[in-house]
Amino acid sequence: MPKDQTKTYTAGVKEYRETYWMPEYTPKDTDFLACFKVIPQEGVPREEAAAAVAAESSTGTWTTVWTDLLTDLDYYKGRAYAIEDVPGSDEAFYAFIAYPIDLFEEGSVVNVLTSLVGNVFGFKAVRALRLEDIRIPIAYVMTCGGPPHGIQVERDVMNKYGRPMLGCTIKPKLGLSAKNYGRAVYECLRGGLDFTKDDENVNSQPFMRWRQRFDFVMEAINKAEAETGERKGHYLNVTAPTPEEMYKRAEYAKEIGAPIIMHDYLTGGFTANTGLANWCRENGMLLHIHRAMHAVLDRNPNHGIHFRVLTKMLRLSGGDHLHTGTVVGKLEGDRASTLGWIDLLRERYVKEDRSRGIFFDQDWGSMPGAFAVASGGIHVWHMPALVTIFGDDAVLQFGGGTLGHPWGNAAGAAANRVALEACVEARNQGRELEKEGKEILTAAAKSSPELATAMETWKEIKFEFDTVDKLDVQHR
Amino acid sequence: MSEMQDYKSSLGDVESRKFETFSYLPEMDADRIRKQVEYIVSKGWNPAVEHTEPENAFDHYWYMWKLPMFGETDVDRILAEAEACHKAHPNNHVRLVGYDNYAQSKGAEMVVYRGKPV
Repeated sequence: MPKDQTKTYTAGVKEYRETYWMPEYTPKDTDFLACFKVIPQEGVPREEAAAAVAAESSTGTWTTVWTDLLTDLDYYKGRAYAIEDVPGSDEAFYAFIAYPIDLFEEGSVVNVLTSLVGNVFGFKAVRALRLEDIRIPIAYVMTCGGPPHGIQVERDVMNKYGRPMLGCTIKPKLGLSAKNYGRAVYECLRGGLDFTKDDENVNSQPFMRWRQRFDFVMEAINKAEAETGERKGHYLNVTAPTPEEMYKRAEYAKEIGAPIIMHDYLTGGFTANTGLANWCRENGMLLHIHRAMHAVLDRNPNHGIHFRVLTKMLRLSGGDHLHTGTVVGKLEGDRASTLGWIDLLRERYVKEDRSRGIFFDQDWGSMPGAFAVASGGIHVWHMPALVTIFGDDAVLQFGGGTLGHPWGNAAGAAANRVALEACVEARNQGRELEKEGKEILTAAAKSSPELATAMETWKEIKFEFDTVDKLDVQHR
Repeated sequence: MSEMQDYKSSLGDVESRKFETFSYLPEMDADRIRKQVEYIVSKGWNPAVEHTEPENAFDHYWYMWKLPMFGETDVDRILAEAEACHKAHPNNHVRLVGYDNYAQSKGAEMVVYRGKPV
């Protein structure tokens, strides 16, 4: 190295931008790219704040240390390479940062998140910080296991083609005995649902221990299959206090012949989730993923982690289904933005599209896609919109919208199944579901008293609150 | 609100057996089936016809009626094959498949002639 380029050690605090702000940098195909929405503290220039974020999420610490000079930090550092205005905001800006692939252990979502959303989020120089999107290089994608089976395998295993699948979360959320719970499952499945689901907070409480639940639910599945001649499943929740306990429950589910189990990937954690996904792949079990705690991370538009990032992390960690919001039900979700992360979950290649909040091209290579799950406050009247928004590769889950039918779960399930098939038939005929939904459902109800009654019951219910987290647009 | 009805379905009643997609709707007439075949063709999927004895309907593999009709876009010819299969096996379920070779899956699958279930 020529003498004038060698570095000497000078103790003290340096401005981050001297090292980490590199507007001339062209990101490599193998780099991780991140887009952060940054609101800096007053008086901190944008370049300095962006550089600080790059530093704190990669190699930097607050002061110079002599051991920096034992390595090639210029190679390992994160680089803030661009800054953009956030449409509709005077105080926030987008900082784009590139990270060399060497910073992350292969196949470890845990390691990626620990860097990108670690200490930097508590960093004093920024008032608020949100990870809006990341680009995972294909070279890294290929080191991850991803969905245990994916959409195509699940369709083949469950024998469901040409339509979305139907599910239902068993309610009340808590307090049923295992035998009564199995009854509720059986009624839903014999009525025409493909799946039922444990509520996320059903694990193994004193009122219903997991082993009895698994046994009774399995009898319900077997009987409903024999009765209807169709394949059925129930997401047995194996989320547990320890990985050892989680695997014990998963093994038992497999032993009794259950086709699918379930995990909460955020509260359970990425280490548990990735391990369980690998176990599912090895043991031929489908894996349904719930997302409890996501709104804590993703709902604030200025601070946290956007759900599209959490979606990408789940696809890497592994799951065959992921809850994505419904757009039309009781829970938060902007339509364009939701369509964006649904693509990120299911498609092979997703192009940058700011109108859907997608900041980077994302290539998933040969990694399977997963089913989008729409669940929460939806009923038969939402069916035309749901089929339009989600297409076929989705599970539409009606909890109250099945169990709340005045004639019971089986009738509620049949109502949803008839409504779904009527909408799919009409869509295939080229009809516009969202415009003609009422006529389509009304016609189908003529041969289904269950559907007619469901339509009467839920006629008036709508959820028309405004979305809190919207895409960043100029006219906000 | 209408009077509560019992949900009629049981192991003993063969009318409870379903056939996956579209089997919760009344059996389709020729015109409605045609529209679904048009949909399969419009998606660029390869049509195929399969059949089975009702007692083996739960199996993944039904009997292929000849080979899938690769590249066939003539709706009448597709319907004619389904009908020919039905005539040759009048007691069997006959289903129409749309093979989606991009997704390596079936984009559509529906029973178009229902045998008597068991």
